[in-house]
Amino acid sequence: MKLPFTKAKKNVDADYASVDIANKEVEGLSQSQIVRRRFFRHRGAMISLFTLGALILFVFSALNNKIGPFGYHGWWHYGIDDQPELISKGCPQYVTGCPTFHWRPGFLGGKNFGFGDHPFGQDDIGRDYFALTMRGAQRSLTVVFIVGLVAGFIGTVVGAISGFYRGWIDAVLMRFTDFIITIPVIVLGSVIGFHFGNLGVSVLAVMLGLFLWTGLSRLVRGEFLKLRELDFVDAARVAGASNRRIIFKHVLPNAVGVIIVSVTLLMSGAILTETALSYLGFGVVAPDVSLGLLISQYQDSFTTRPWLFWWPGLLIVTIALCINFIGDGLRDAFDPRQRRRLSRKDKSSTVTGVKAGH
Amino acid sequence: MIAYIGRRLSILFLILFGSSFLVYNLVAYSGDPTEGLRGNTDPKAIQALRSLIRNLQLDVPPPARYFLWLKKVVLNFDFGTTREGLSVASDLRTAIPTTIRLILMSTIIAIVIGIAFGIISALRQYTRFDYAMTFIAFVLFSLPVFWVAVLLKQFLAVSFNNFLANGQIAIWWIVVASIVSGIFWATIISGSRKRVWQVFGIAAAGSAISLELLSATHWFKHPTLGPVAVGVIGVGIAYGVTYLSVGLQNKQALKSSLAMVVASLVLYFPTQWVLNKEAGIFPTLGLLIFTIALAVVSGLFFSKIDRGPIVRTTVITSFLIGLVIIIDKLMKVWVPYINTDAINGRPIPTISENNSLLPAGNFWFSALDTVLHLTLPTLALSMISFAGYVRYSRGTLLEVLNQDYIRTARAKGLTERTVVMRHAFRNTLIPLTTIVVVDFAAIIGGAIITESVFGWRGMGTLFNQAIRGQDLNLFMGVFLVTATLTVLANLVADLLYSALDPRVRVVAG
Repeated sequence: MKLPFTKAKKNVDADYASVDIANKEVEGLSQSQIVRRRFFRHRGAMISLFTLGALILFVFSALNNKIGPFGYHGWWHYGIDDQPELISKGCPQYVTGCPTFHWRPGFLGGKNFGFGDHPFGQDDIGRDYFALTMRGAQRSLTVVFIVGLVAGFIGTVVGAISGFYRGWIDAVLMRFTDFIITIPVIVLGSVIGFHFGNLGVSVLAVMLGLFLWTGLSRLVRGEFLKLRELDFVDAARVAGASNRRIIFKHVLPNAVGVIIVSVTLLMSGAILTETALSYLGFGVVAPDVSLGLLISQYQDSFTTRPWLFWWPGLLIVTIALCINFIGDGLRDAFDPRQRRRLSRKDKSSTVTGVKAGH
Repeated sequence: MIAYIGRRLSILFLILFGSSFLVYNLVAYSGDPTEGLRGNTDPKAIQALRSLIRNLQLDVPPPARYFLWLKKVVLNFDFGTTREGLSVASDLRTAIPTTIRLILMSTIIAIVIGIAFGIISALRQYTRFDYAMTFIAFVLFSLPVFWVAVLLKQFLAVSFNNFLANGQIAIWWIVVASIVSGIFWATIISGSRKRVWQVFGIAAAGSAISLELLSATHWFKHPTLGPVAVGVIGVGIAYGVTYLSVGLQNKQALKSSLAMVVASLVLYFPTQWVLNKEAGIFPTLGLLIFTIALAVVSGLFFSKIDRGPIVRTTVITSFLIGLVIIIDKLMKVWVPYINTDAINGRPIPTISENNSLLPAGNFWFSALDTVLHLTLPTLALSMISFAGYVRYSRGTLLEVLNQDYIRTARAKGLTERTVVMRHAFRNTLIPLTTIVVVDFAAIIGGAIITESVFGWRGMGTLFNQAIRGQDLNLFMGVFLVTATLTVLANLVADLLYSALDPRVRVVAG
């Protein structure tokens, strides 16, 4: 039997060839061009980017929204405050408000594909569940982006300052992050959420962002500590560049990969944190709607009306999964050691080419 | 070394001090525990308000009150009282073991399985298995723990209990399970196309036959192992552990491990007698320690040169056999257990951390009860951290396998097993210790959520109660425990790091 440790023999020629191809491919390209190319080639990340983009458009255009003085009308015919009559027609016995979504084709005894009036069903008092989930997803996405912005900004600034200036500034800032890191996110989030949850989702998100930057700042600090010792920083300093110029023009662009990747991961963590807090009752509170809140409200009706449980959960998973895949694609794209895995065609064409050349 | 630990500990105390100060003030300033009572003109309410202010010292501003609290904690180990006047310390005392049990179980399971799959995934880089594992890890990574927990409750618990009512596996289930197992083994043990199909066939047929046998003999209703099955499993463990640990060509290790299997079979009935007669946690642990001691002796007896690895192999083998015997013992009480009125044939519980209706005084009943209550929450928690371990151990092992010393090891002509297990795997453990700490902090948060889904009376419940009731003393008690656990995990990781990696110098002073 072939045991797990036996290893296929590597083709050494092909190994050299792949280095060759990798070098040839990036000839004459700038760093950002290389990164962009690698990212666009990552199939999972591209699919996720497309899905997430489509989802954001879909979710935010579905309902009427008001942002400050501006507002727009959504394309969905119910809002979260409408209470149409509870429909029990076509539902199993003792169940009301079941989904009207149907897809089974006519020749199998179904009603063909169609959405009906309430594709996701209705909640206890007849509110349209599609509208509720859309509003919940809007809330979660808002939290994700605000947390990403706030925590990303603070984390970068703190990490950059302590990594670049070192000394006592570094010591003070890093002890402070140590303090915050000891506190489990859910504990901290609950305290914040309990007091700011009723002030609206943006306030909650900003407050969460104010505490979730610590992991990022450590990574950025490490990157800055490494980069500031490199020759090009010395060269810039000798040429008379100010600290500000060195930070913004020389070090930060080189650290941007680490920052982008970890902000992405922070964002996927943020949606899970927000929904978990709302689930515990410490995040978004009724009458506002959040995906976590919907799950916690209807977890007991799982046996009779499972759709009230499935849709919010699936939306959370989809959003988090997309962000995670995008993060993975970005990590691969920014990783200088990353070499593209060559397809069979690439290999066969260049291996022969290399051999002929030698 | 002691100086180093001392220095680390003092830093940890400083960090604990800082973060508890921060949290104390954050909580104290963000909410008012007297909110419901203020403005109420009822004399009783005024009385209650006064006594609350007096008991909780609310007239002292929070930063100063923190030091009063700290003084009591440090000097008398007194965490104060809750709003209701109960002692926080006694609340914590009952909650801590429950939560720690959950956290430890899920961490261990996630680490063992996660690292195993991560390593296979790395060794099979860019195969279908690797891609599938990556995808599964990402999905698990994106799952909200409370959602998974509710799903497990609804599907696993309810349907498993229903299944136990007759204990027969439906034929289409057997078909699906065998195909899945065939695909699983065929992707792990890759090779030529013919080999893959062979493996698939053997694995699928094997699973189908064994499932059908178990189902036909009503094994799931009356699960039992008995000395024969323990022996067969023991031989399997002996070969497996020896293969992974020193390689099958090391006859001394194999002999020593097999001797332990024979010994455990010879001692099977005396062991059962002891376990029945002296049922309890300490006799069981004592037997386990005795087994390990016996393993050391056996290892020394069979080895002539290079004793360390042989003793280690024997100890691991016999520890695992010990676990099998304990599982066997738990299975023996399974039938009486599920037939008690408290269980009534539905053994997988979805709520609470133990069954209070169970007749007291039977150690094996309560042990089985605890294990069964742990099943679902542990599964939910470890599924999520499993993903992190798979990703991380895969990445690290791939990085290590690219190092020069691996090439040197291969060039020396070492077997692939030695290269992977001795040169590569050990070096992946070093960076993995850091991820364990990060994950540990996350798993505490996860435990708080999981406990609330499963209605455990653990730290999660106390935490909920503390926040909702603006109960600062209770909150600080919970916080102090979680923070201490996190910080201690940090310390352990640091020490492990310096123990595993000789390049990390322990600098004292």
